[in-house]
Amino acid sequence: MRKTILVVTALAGLSASAIAWAAGGAGLPHVTWSFGGIFGTYDQTQLKRGFQVYQEVCSSCHSLRHVAYRNLAAIGISEKEIEKIAAEKEVAGEPDEDGEPTERKALPSDKFVPPFANENAARAANNGALPPDLSLMTKARIGGPDYVYALLTGYGRKQPKYEVDGHGDVKLDKEKKPVPFKMGEGLSYNPYFPGLKIAMVAPLSDEGVEYADKTKATVPQMAKDVTAFLQWAADPYLEERKRMGIKVVLFLIFLTGLLYAYKRKVWADVH
Amino acid sequence: MANGGTGSKIVKWVDTRLPIFTFMDHAMRGYPTPKNLSYWWNFGSLAGVVLVVMIATGIVLAMHYTAHASMAFDSVERIMRDVNYGWLIRYIHMNGGTMFFIVVYIHMFRGMYYGSYKNPRELLWWLGVIIFLLMMATAFMGYVLPWGQMSFWGATVITKLFSALPLIGEAVTQWLWGGFSVDNPTLNRFFSLHYLLPFLIVGVVVFHLVALHTTKSGNPLGVDPKGPQDTIPFHPYYTVKDYFGIGVLLIFWAAFVFFAPDFFGEPDNYIPANPLSTPAHIVPEWYYLPFYAILRAVPDNFVGQWAGLGYIIVNAKLAGVLTMAASIFVLFALPWLDTSKVRSGRFRPVFKWFFWIFLLDVVILGVCGANSPDARVFSWYKGLSYLDLGQITTAYYFVHFLIILPLLGKIEKPLPLPTSISEPVLKGGGAAGAGAAAKPMEKA
Repeated sequence: MRKTILVVTALAGLSASAIAWAAGGAGLPHVTWSFGGIFGTYDQTQLKRGFQVYQEVCSSCHSLRHVAYRNLAAIGISEKEIEKIAAEKEVAGEPDEDGEPTERKALPSDKFVPPFANENAARAANNGALPPDLSLMTKARIGGPDYVYALLTGYGRKQPKYEVDGHGDVKLDKEKKPVPFKMGEGLSYNPYFPGLKIAMVAPLSDEGVEYADKTKATVPQMAKDVTAFLQWAADPYLEERKRMGIKVVLFLIFLTGLLYAYKRKVWADVH
Repeated sequence: MANGGTGSKIVKWVDTRLPIFTFMDHAMRGYPTPKNLSYWWNFGSLAGVVLVVMIATGIVLAMHYTAHASMAFDSVERIMRDVNYGWLIRYIHMNGGTMFFIVVYIHMFRGMYYGSYKNPRELLWWLGVIIFLLMMATAFMGYVLPWGQMSFWGATVITKLFSALPLIGEAVTQWLWGGFSVDNPTLNRFFSLHYLLPFLIVGVVVFHLVALHTTKSGNPLGVDPKGPQDTIPFHPYYTVKDYFGIGVLLIFWAAFVFFAPDFFGEPDNYIPANPLSTPAHIVPEWYYLPFYAILRAVPDNFVGQWAGLGYIIVNAKLAGVLTMAASIFVLFALPWLDTSKVRSGRFRPVFKWFFWIFLLDVVILGVCGANSPDARVFSWYKGLSYLDLGQITTAYYFVHFLIILPLLGKIEKPLPLPTSISEPVLKGGGAAGAGAAAKPMEKA
């Protein structure tokens, strides 16, 4: 019995790691996040800094459509401030008495107002590329927060000499000569972006924001902060989930122990 | 149960009018179960528990979900963010799919190792295969509901398989879609069917249990109980053993729900469905991967060669689809393909090895399904792509069922069987087999 369990566990582990390995994520620098591990929690001051980066840098192109202004209370922003942040944006209101469309200031109950009215407007303003919504970004990419951090800090690296195919081999043209690496117009080189050519120009630069808490705003610092903020935006119940999980698993271990003892007792007379 | 203490008067009153208590008593305490069942026999009841949890959480999710192409994704995010404990219910349901397949795969492989499909349990096995088919359909349609990129493209790839059918393929596919591509009508019918099929599963489970209670449980020795000394009542012995098993399953399940809820998911499914942008790799959920690898194992040129012979005029896609279908439907024939009269693999020294090789084959097929076909298995060796490996393992999958099992039953010399469950020690010879057989009883 014990042997078979071992074999099965090993097989399960093997296939799980095979799947994880197949899923990729290789080559990403691993960042130690405060929210990692089973006891991980968000660092509120970091989230606030990250929100500042989002507001001042990312939000000019990227929407955050699943998050409401009221949700910011969870990262320690006061009700007054939230009202103020929301009121900076205009949203469509109820039609007036004559049936004419109206506009009103956004309320804390509104979702983050997107920077562009629609996809076409977003593409028109961004050289044809569509800046993706960021509400689920850390869940929607292989590598999660590590990927977002790597991407934000991956600008300005030395470009490769030749184009590379899906196997990692140098691409060859018809005459078996290597194809030189060429950057398209308006694109930037980023080794972590699939295809290596990204339409977003380097969004962060040192001292790009002035942190309210006087933290030095280096690119890695800002990238880390905004990634943590986006992780929170994608997974706002992470802390509650882990806290509950520890209680649930401890309880289940206790219960299962009792059930095992009970089983032994019931079976004692069988052998 | 029928002689319960304080409630006995009420119980009696009800029971004389509607004998549910007598029925339960008969099915639980009156069900003689072999006393040597190992923990591998826990997985049937575990599957039942997962089914109930899936239906319960699913019904709650359906209360908050909107089945519309333009609202489905957002409604799932609303469940995750604004519905009270919506994240918990969804993560239980999401990971429940994985738990269901883990449990059922173990249940099936247990059946294969111990020959649980053999006379007189062929129909019991068939009902199990039907449940498995219904589960695959249900899980597939459930995965489509969040309307993420993998939902959409998974649905597109799988429904397009039907277009491979000759003559009627196109019509059938459009009929499934309710239009000319995977779109709102497809999502709506998938939602409807995703709600319906689990109840069909419950129905087939009832038949599965009726068949089980008719033929009675098998056991690790594979010999029939000879008398009351070989059996114990299901309740309380196996109910309490099942409780313990349920506890272990819940710990495992909870670990994923609370600490790695997206472990089995694809990141792409957190991107809203976009018919204009195909993901780099369309990968199904892990539990389909072996079958996905079998589907892709038949490339265009392969069939071209055979079609040239003029035997059958099929295109590559149809051949792939038929091969995949055959990989599941071959399970229906398993009771007759395995020609050995000996049920338990424990007394089949050669079969035992082929069983583990087959299990490994299926795991490798899964890895092939997870990787793109033209990717290399070993980065340092150009000669072996995942397509090649998938073809080898697909071939072996069928060789196992169609050649090895039928032949093995004829050639293999099984170890001597114990005369009964209680007295596994044979007089003279077979000490090894008997010794192994005695062990689980001490511990069980």
